[in-house]
Order: sequence, then C-alpha cells, then structure tokens
Amino acid sequence: MGTTEILVCGGTSCNSSGGPKIYKNLLMYIEEYDLRKKTRVIQPGCFGFCEQGPIVVIYPNGSKEGVFYCQLKEEDAQRIVKEHLVDGKVIEDFLYVDPKTGEKIAKHEDMDFYKYQQRIALRNCGTIDPLSIEDYRYRGGYKALNKVLKEMSSEDVINEVKRSKLRGRGGGGFPTGVKWEITSKVDGESKYVICNADEGDPGAFMDRSILEGDPHSVIEGMVIGAYAIGAQKGYIYARAEYPLAIDRTEAALEDARREGVLGKNILGSGFNFDLEIRIGAGAFVCGEETALITSVEGYRGDPQPKPPYPAQGGLYGKPTLINNVETLANIPIIINEGGKWYSKIGTKDSTGTKVFALAGDINNTGLIEVPMGTTLRDVVFNLGGGIPKGKEFKAAQTGGPSGGCLTEEDLDITLEYDSLLDADSMMGSGGLIILDEDSCMVDVSRFYLDFTQDEACGKCAPGRIGTKRMLEILNKITEGKGDVADLGVLKELAENIKKTALCGLCKSAPNPVLSTIERFEDEYLAHVKEKKCPTGVCEGLSKWIIEPDECRACGVCEPVCPVDAISGQRGEVYKIDPEICIDCGVCAKKCPFDAIHKA
Amino acid sequence: MGQSIEEINKEKLVEIKKKEHFKKLLEEKNNEKYNLIDFLHEVQNIYGHLSRDIQITIAEEMGLPLSQIHSVVSFYSLFTTTPKGKYTIEVCMGTACYVRGSKDILDKLSKELDIEPGQTTEDKKFTLEGTRCIGACGMAPVVVINGDVYGRIDVDDLPEILAKYE
Repeated sequence: MGTTEILVCGGTSCNSSGGPKIYKNLLMYIEEYDLRKKTRVIQPGCFGFCEQGPIVVIYPNGSKEGVFYCQLKEEDAQRIVKEHLVDGKVIEDFLYVDPKTGEKIAKHEDMDFYKYQQRIALRNCGTIDPLSIEDYRYRGGYKALNKVLKEMSSEDVINEVKRSKLRGRGGGGFPTGVKWEITSKVDGESKYVICNADEGDPGAFMDRSILEGDPHSVIEGMVIGAYAIGAQKGYIYARAEYPLAIDRTEAALEDARREGVLGKNILGSGFNFDLEIRIGAGAFVCGEETALITSVEGYRGDPQPKPPYPAQGGLYGKPTLINNVETLANIPIIINEGGKWYSKIGTKDSTGTKVFALAGDINNTGLIEVPMGTTLRDVVFNLGGGIPKGKEFKAAQTGGPSGGCLTEEDLDITLEYDSLLDADSMMGSGGLIILDEDSCMVDVSRFYLDFTQDEACGKCAPGRIGTKRMLEILNKITEGKGDVADLGVLKELAENIKKTALCGLCKSAPNPVLSTIERFEDEYLAHVKEKKCPTGVCEGLSKWIIEPDECRACGVCEPVCPVDAISGQRGEVYKIDPEICIDCGVCAKKCPFDAIHKA
Repeated sequence: MGQSIEEINKEKLVEIKKKEHFKKLLEEKNNEKYNLIDFLHEVQNIYGHLSRDIQITIAEEMGLPLSQIHSVVSFYSLFTTTPKGKYTIEVCMGTACYVRGSKDILDKLSKELDIEPGQTTEDKKFTLEGTRCIGACGMAPVVVINGDVYGRIDVDDLPEILAKYE
C-alpha cells in the first residue's frame, strides 16, 4: 500500500491565485484528520493549465490515475481532505467542465488541453517536487549522465545529439549537435557552457516553468554538454524577473553538488564541472548570445559583431557553448532513449516536440507541448479551446518581437521552424499570442516596435535611430495623423534595418510591422486614409460619444464643454457633435453616470 | 513635520544599519572575485536605489572608474538611481497582458495616484511602473505590488487592491 500523493501546483500563476494558501490549509486539515502518515503533499512546478488555476491533483495509493481539481479556493481544502481523502469521494464541484460538452472530467488525460500533448521537455513539470533530487532520480533523472560518463566518449554524445536532429529552442533553430561539435573541436584549455534562461520574449514562459518545475533536467543537460565539449565551468543566466525559478535552481544546484552529480569528480568519473547562476538586471538584448556573454562578465549587455562566434571566442574570450533552457531539458531524454527515437517525433526537419505558451484571447491559456508539425488550428481550437466569448479568431502572433502574425488563412500551417519562416514569421521561443476580432493589428505592431525600440541597446545606428523613426511613424498612424506615403517609408526603413543592424534583436525588430502590413494592409489603409481604427482600439482615432442607453439627460455635460459641441435638452438624450469636439475629455470626467466614452 | 523624536531616531538607526551593511559588503567584495551586476543588486537591496553618491562610493572603494559603474546602472532597467516608494506597483506590459487591457490599468493607476509611470507619489508611498513580461501570461492582466501578484484584474478591482497597502 502506497501513500496518496497530493500535488498542489506551485507555478507562478497558481501561486498568485491562492495556491500556497490551499497548500497550507491542506496540510492543516490533513493533520486534523490524522492522515499525515498516509499522504504526501507536494508543490510541483507548473501543470501548464494556468487558465484553470489553482490546480490540485490527487493520485490515490500509488495509482497513476489522478483526480484533477481546478479553480479552487483556499476554503476548498477542507472539503478535499474530508470528502476526498476521508470519505473517498470524488468532489464533482471541483472538477473541470468540458466547455464543448458541458461534461465534468476527472482525469486530465481526457481533457482536450492535455489529450493532444506529448510532454518531453515538460516531462516532470507538474509531477515531481522540484526541490527533491530523489523525485527527479525516481523518474529516471541523472541516469543519462551516468551513462554518458561511464559508457560514452564525447564524440558518442555529440553523435547521439546530432542523430536526434534537435534544433535550438531559443529561437534560431540551429542544430544543437552541430553547435556542440563545433565547440568541442575548438582547442582551448578552458571552455564554458552557458544556459540562456533570459526569456525576454513577452508572452513566453516555458523556460521559467521548466526551471521552476524541473531544474535538475537543465542541470543534467548542461553537465552532459560540458562533458561533450570539454568544459569545466558553466553559468545559468536567468532573468531577475523570475525569482521563484532562481530560488529553485539555486536549491537544485546545491543538491546536485551534494549528490556528486555536479562539482569535482562527478559520479567518480574524474570529470569536473561546476555551475553558477548569474542574474540579469532587466535588458531584453541580453537574450542575444554575444550580449548575454558581456552581461555574464558583469558589464552592460552590448552585443558584439560576429564572427568570432561564441564557439570560438565567447565568455572571457574562451570557446563557449550557449544553449537555451528547453533545448537542455531535452538532452537527458535523447541520451536515454536514443537520438533515433527522438528524430522520429515531429517532422523531418523539425524533430521532437515544442513547448508553446498560449496566451492572449484564448480560452485555455497555459503551457502546452506538442510534436513539431501540429497545425495551428489544432493548437488554437483543440488544445486552446478556441476564442473566448464566441468571438472570431483574427491572428496568432508567433516569435514575439522578432516574429510575425498568422491569419485565419494560415490556420492549417504546421508549427515547425521552416514553415513558419515561409509564412514570414518565426518559431522564436514558442510564445503564441492569440488575438481576437477586437484587436487592432496596427496597434499590435506598434506595441512590439515600442518594446524593441525601448530595449534596443543603442550601439548601432539602424537599431538606435531606425527603430525610433519607425516607431514615430507608427505613433503618427495610430493617432490619425498618418498618410499613405508613410506606409512606403515604413517598409523601406524596415528593409534597411533588417539588412544593417548589428545583432539579431534589431535585425528582426521590423518583422512584426512588415508581417502586419503584408497581411492586414486594409487595416493600415483605414488608419491612414479614412482616419479610422476599425476595431476602435486606437484612442487617437476614436471619438467621444454619449451612450444613449446610459445617458440620464441630467445636462451636466453641456455647460462644461469649452467649444459647445454638446447639444440636447434636459430630459432627452444629449449628443456630441464630432465635427466640433476638440477631444478634451472634460465632459467624460464630469458625467456622473459614466455615460461618455470613446468609441 | 509631525515626526516624534522616537521616529526620527528610528530612521537614523535604519540609516546607520544600512551604512554598516554597505561597508561590510564593500570589504567582503574587495577580498574576493566578484561580479559587478550581482554586487550592484546587493547594494540596491540595501538602499532600494543606486544614487550617484552610492555609485561614487563604490567606484572609490573598489578602484573602478565611475563611468563603468554608471554604464551598468544606466543600462539595465532594474537598477534605479532614485529612491522608490514604500510600495512599488508594477503593471505587466507583456503582450498577453497588453492585449487583455493592461494599458487601461496603467492609465487608471496613473490617474488615481496622479503620477506618471516611473514616478513616485509625493508621500513616498507608491511608485508606479510598467514592467516587462513577468511570465504569468495565463493570469493576464497582471499587477505586482511589492512581490504580491494580482492576476486577471479589472480596472474596477484597483481601489480595493490599493486599499490593502497603507
């Protein structure tokens, strides 16, 4: 007879919606009902289904079939202990309701959100206690490292990774095995391995979730990489915005050292490798590898011209291997199951699985992992559950500030590196922002450019000045002051910046603008020709109106208007003449019924 | 105005403690290999900001050019040269939050507190900031106040949330 395992999601999302209180209350009631010996309550990393948080999953007596409770409140802990643990009943009230059928579902494997997933990089997220190296070991952790150190040469390791055809998950999609091979062949006494955990792409949170939920998988991947290229020292460069991920990784490093899988003479093999965490200080450009390296050294994160590539002259001028969190988390599995096994998942040129962060206007926001080649339609409508409030799908933004937008016509596109590039977008780190009919695409492109402009380091002129000029034009357009010629200038600037900027950040900064002009030209034309924002998002283009249903005809607004644009009679509905209105907004502030707003 | 002697003494004591802590940190770092960014994080943890005076002290004690320290402080957005309020309100401006209305929330807070993003209220109670994606996209839009995360909020929820911080 085993113990009942109670998993309380400990990801950032659930933590902010009351997860920790549920955890505390569960412990309290378990104590009260004297069940401590028969239960184990843990806080694993993110389950991925953030929309339904806080989530608790209960696995009775070593069974693999868990009961999934969602959208819980802190007071629900008592019912879980009393009704589920003591009386052995499944509590219907807390089950997930399938939005399509209205049926209640107890097992997460039966939910659309999980049914289509294949979790490899996220294999342990939401199933183990991230602070327990024993849990990681129990699930096959550090087996790959043992195999590598005892049975494989560094060439064997590189060949296995090459056979898997794994490509970098951070954005570029460079073949990981080839990167390892190049770095291993460069002569050098000291080499470095860096894990890029500077997940700056707004809307992507898979790296955070992996570090929060399964830090050992990344550490194991790094030690294997270090062995393959001959490095003795490594760094995990993490964003300061991810305090929980940093704390858990720190704890995992200590455990790994204590257990002899990190540090001197790893597993008795004579191989030495140690790791340190470096914390960023808020700079998007530091996700670019050369900028990241200067930041690890403690300087401002200026990107450097390439070549030399990090493989030749990286950290402190030494050969350096930089891999992303998700890439590294895949490594132990590739060693255990073989590169050939991995290469059979996904498509021919994009093997394996990819984690996507679903966010924006979608029912099931959260983290999903699907085989490469899954269609956008499946992701949005099957896993994602479609668009909320019965609205229409308008676009999916992939690749963050470096990517582009896919439209309804692209719904059957397969999500893999090359097909996304063909559609003028990119995989990026896997952020998928879904936009519904109410989103203004000009505003979205302005949003991204505002981001990259603000984050541009200022080192090269195209990045510093070019993006600024583009942003000025977009601001003009969204304020209703643009004209058709602006679109031509915008495109020309964009092409020039793409060709001449120093690093990947600004080279790709114009992509969201170009992609939206290409796919939503009508919307741009409406802004510049008709001075209209079809969705009403751009405030500069919207007019003040008095909502007839909400107006109580009190007459307060009429005398306050400085240009006499408001007319009407007490007892009747008042109106604003848009031709006279100077957009000062005084009437809206004075209206006691909030009946005046922009539309 | 209106401060009692106890309060003034307490504030002085806090300042002395900070100074001692800072001095100890400088001595420690002088004796070991250190990383400037990590070091600056630690100093900012003591003072809440890295004023020009603090930067000068670091430069003198560590034997570094002030320009090097300032180049790092001014480059990274998480370093600040001005003191922050008792509570820092960060409105996530990541894409997911943005499309779910975080700009309206930032505007409303700006209006309510009568400060622009990046500024601190006169009573030094609140600092308002638009922040980069904190990765809680499933909870969009998100506001973080001194580390407490509030998810899926609406502009109408703001007065109730602010009332918790006195």
